[in-house]
Amino acid sequence: MTPAPHETGTSAVVTFANVRIGFDEGDVLRGVSFEVMPRETLVLLGETGTGKTLTLKMAAGLLKPTDGKIEVLGQEVSAMGERELLPYRRQLGFVFQEGALFDSISVADNVAYGLREERLSEEEIGPRVREALRFVELEDTGDMLPSELSGGMRRRVSIARALATRPPIVLYDSPTAGLDPITAQTIITLILRLRDVFGVTAMLATHRLQDGFALANFRFDAESKRVVRLTQRENTGAGRSENSEPITKFVVYKEGRVYFEGAPEELAESKDAYLQRFLV
Amino acid sequence: MGEVLTDAFKQFLANIQDYAEMAVRSLANLATGPRYFQDILDQMDDIGVGSLPIVLMAGFFIGAVMVLQTGSQFTRFGQTALTGDVVAIALVRELGPTLTGILVAGRSASGIASVLGSMVVTEQVDAMRAMGTDPSRKLVTPRVLAGILMLPLLTALNDFIGLLGGCVASVFSLRLNAVEFWTRAINALDFADIMQGMMKPLVYGFILATVGCYKGLTVRGGTQGVGRATTQAVVVASVMIIGADLFLTKLALYLGDKIF
Repeated sequence: MTPAPHETGTSAVVTFANVRIGFDEGDVLRGVSFEVMPRETLVLLGETGTGKTLTLKMAAGLLKPTDGKIEVLGQEVSAMGERELLPYRRQLGFVFQEGALFDSISVADNVAYGLREERLSEEEIGPRVREALRFVELEDTGDMLPSELSGGMRRRVSIARALATRPPIVLYDSPTAGLDPITAQTIITLILRLRDVFGVTAMLATHRLQDGFALANFRFDAESKRVVRLTQRENTGAGRSENSEPITKFVVYKEGRVYFEGAPEELAESKDAYLQRFLV
Repeated sequence: MGEVLTDAFKQFLANIQDYAEMAVRSLANLATGPRYFQDILDQMDDIGVGSLPIVLMAGFFIGAVMVLQTGSQFTRFGQTALTGDVVAIALVRELGPTLTGILVAGRSASGIASVLGSMVVTEQVDAMRAMGTDPSRKLVTPRVLAGILMLPLLTALNDFIGLLGGCVASVFSLRLNAVEFWTRAINALDFADIMQGMMKPLVYGFILATVGCYKGLTVRGGTQGVGRATTQAVVVASVMIIGADLFLTKLALYLGDKIF
């Protein structure tokens, strides 16, 4: 599969500037700011209801912030109308919490969905679908319906659907929630592979710290086709080359604000009581 | 108390506004691409072919019952031959379209609401939007177009089967001649009756599909919400169809007088 087109410069791919969003019950996010650099993986940590999913949905333009500015791939998403947002969203991959597969069509049709929306020919779509399903090791499930798959397999198909269009950015909404540890590990390995093989920039919402640390401490080695522990880590995006090690950054939400933003080591060494709750 | 009522009224108006916007967009989408032809065909199959058995069965029985009811009155005056006239006019003008509308609303408005509602609660609609698809074009327009195209066809079949049911009942119950029944039934109808009978289902198809879609896409509260939306879709669509019938009948009679 050809690597996804992505920026290799140092300007942020995703920028949230003082973003607020609220509903009738009050504000959920009260002025959130952060940046995601090219090829960086941003792990959004927070307890349930702290606005992690809302953040991803706003980045994808599925929800509008009540205030603040969101820029993704140089486009001001928060100022775009629904008509402009439709082509914009085709540049992103979105993996929903429960997979959100279309349950009335086959697995292969689910994966082909985004490609058909791009009006590709069936001759092009077939190999791309098989390639995406092979990536998630579910090549034989193409003719099955999503309801015939296990929960973990559905998440993997969801990842295949997200990567089929080769997006430069993939957003993961709690991709391991509700899965057993082994299946969760399989999903994280897939996310690692997607990042390290195709160089995608990612935002991952989770309440499982181990997911974030797995992304921070391991990488997929394309030559040996194995997941290996990182030996050396660069913590700044400056001067990074194509071959540099992947950067993982953590953002922790608390009461609608960014409570912590930094490298995995800073989070691991923190003595803060709230952050310690995630470390236990 | 007053505030609660004011809020409820505002909410009601907001719902009508949202429904009207969705309904207008569903037709406006046809003017520009992308169009989902396969989805349109699938929905025509689901709403049209899928509703055929219930529409035909109900049509047959209602035609037969009409004959029994009117025949028993005409027998008192020795005018049983008029049964064909009355059944034809009542079926084609009124019972055929409205009965078809309500039957299809019961089957398809609920089906549409439950499918779309389930898609909303399982984030499939969001997934669709996330992949750059406009749900209004992909989900609403094919259903609305299928409703508008299929209801007149179902109504025509319902009318025919209704007359067939009437014919069977009049032959066996009133001892009328089948040829006489059909001749009187066909001669009783003029072009204005057919126009009235075919105009109504166009509107009914639009109503049942748009109400089903609106109720489905505005589901709140998980699977319970889907159940609520499904029930509401049938109730609202049926009441709207009967309400629309009053105005459409008045309009059709007015146009019938002016044009034909």
